[in-house]
Amino acid sequence: MKVFEIVLLLSLVVCAVSVAFTKDLLTSIVIFMSYSLIMCVIWVLLQSPDLAITEAAVGAGVTSILFFVTLKKIRAIRREDGHEQAER
Amino acid sequence: MSRQRDDYENSRWRKFRSWIDGEVDPLASGIMIQPPKAPIEKRIEKPKTENPVTLQSESIQDKDREWNQTPEEKKDPEGRGIRWFCRFYQVMSVFLCLSIIFVLLWTIAYLPAFGNAGNPDNNEVSARYIEQGLKETGAVNIVTGMILDYRAFDTFGESCVLFIASCCVLVLLRIDAADGKGSFRDTKNRAKKTKGDPENNIMAEPEAVRTVIARKRLEEADDRLYEPKNDVILQKCACVLVPLIFVFGIYIVLNGHLSPGGGFSGGAVLGSGLIFYLNAFGFKKTEAFFTEKIYRRLTLCALTFYCMAKSYSFFTGANHLKSGIPLGTPGAILSSGLILPLNICVGLVVACTMYAFYALFRKGGM
Amino acid sequence: MAGMPLFVNIEETVSIILFGVGFTMLMLHRNLIKKIMGMNIMDTAVYLFLAAKGYIKGRMVPIVTDGIQDVSAYINPVPSGLVLTGIVVSVSTTALMLALTIRLYERYGSLDLDQILMRAKEDEEV
Repeated sequence: MKVFEIVLLLSLVVCAVSVAFTKDLLTSIVIFMSYSLIMCVIWVLLQSPDLAITEAAVGAGVTSILFFVTLKKIRAIRREDGHEQAER
Repeated sequence: MSRQRDDYENSRWRKFRSWIDGEVDPLASGIMIQPPKAPIEKRIEKPKTENPVTLQSESIQDKDREWNQTPEEKKDPEGRGIRWFCRFYQVMSVFLCLSIIFVLLWTIAYLPAFGNAGNPDNNEVSARYIEQGLKETGAVNIVTGMILDYRAFDTFGESCVLFIASCCVLVLLRIDAADGKGSFRDTKNRAKKTKGDPENNIMAEPEAVRTVIARKRLEEADDRLYEPKNDVILQKCACVLVPLIFVFGIYIVLNGHLSPGGGFSGGAVLGSGLIFYLNAFGFKKTEAFFTEKIYRRLTLCALTFYCMAKSYSFFTGANHLKSGIPLGTPGAILSSGLILPLNICVGLVVACTMYAFYALFRKGGM
Repeated sequence: MAGMPLFVNIEETVSIILFGVGFTMLMLHRNLIKKIMGMNIMDTAVYLFLAAKGYIKGRMVPIVTDGIQDVSAYINPVPSGLVLTGIVVSVSTTALMLALTIRLYERYGSLDLDQILMRAKEDEEV
């Protein structure tokens, strides 16, 4: 069990560092989502299932969806700008 | 004893003050900076010659091009100074972060061992919650009993924080569909600013062009028009999954005092179920049962009921009166007094807020 | 044996490292969305620290089972309650920050904080 915990914690650090170093925003959001899922498992191991349910619904679900929607809106605006620049 | 400083303007204190007040560029000391003269003139000249309708986007793109230049393209010393400052900033922030991590790790080394029962944080407070919690609150889940009974006002403030956050997002992202002008404050402000100026021919600007631009930006901001309608796979999945998610969410909310879960987690599950339904079937079907009015009423009712119920129980408790709310048998679904209705209230607020965030981000309205 | 307490308190150590990573992201990344992610990582690091402080080895979830109401049977419920409310509030702050980011992008056409500041300054001058 201790080994499993250490592996999870290490992958948590790896996920956080790769979120920091990924250039593409979409990829980093997906990695952030997996970070939240690993956190959820760690909370089950730390004997607090309340937190695990909340984190699974909120951290991995709603937060990432909000990030995705933001990215989509920004991409939409940028595409429009790109068209205008291409015309000129 | 202080003598009059006649060179106050050049004193260090004065420089420091002006730096604090933001009057002086921090880069100005030590680095040569020549103000870019030519681009500003160019930008000022432009409005007179061109149609002001296109001016706004033009000028932004002008700036875009200007700032998208590689550092080699603009050969003025300003670029070098800023790059030098950036490097300095990076080095200093890495140093700061490393030192913070080092200090915190140093502290960790002196903390009591992980998972030890004798740690100072396992004191009489948690012992009291565990030993008396079931008798005093009637909730089998001690965490729920704690956050909705002993610390209920804390949770009330939490729900209010959620409500206020959704209000702020509403203010920031709202799009007034009625006239299409309301949200584009900068367009309007610029029009107002230049209207008094006789040199600009803003008065001659055709009204139709402006409304066309406004509508175009409205469409861009409003995601309803882009959403992929009637995606069969998504809809079939939603038909199976959405009822399950809703039942699971309602189960978590209603069994908050018996099993892990409660208002916060169940509300988040319900909210994500609503978001899934919205994605599969579009805004039209969601608006049939969930509009802004319903959101307002639900949130208001839930917060008011929470406030009333908890005020009543605190009032009676503080005055040693009998509250008259039966605690019931522990383990039954209708037990533990006020915790079940309060859980439902919190769940409603959280679910509504999650859905409101998503809807506001997608289309700027509910 | 300076490293031993760090390895015994491995949860806390990891949470501090995560805090540092998040703080570094907040300081060094110029992209606003990356900054918000760094903020979220800092949030979860603090939650991990709190939850690790409440954990006691070999004890159960704080849900009364079989009528046992002894302190030595359950872990500390206080950090769980604190973190539970904190997670939900962190979502609302994230949503608020993302809404501000969208508004800034609409206004200045960039996610880069330096460019936004430059353009804001220019707008003031003009």
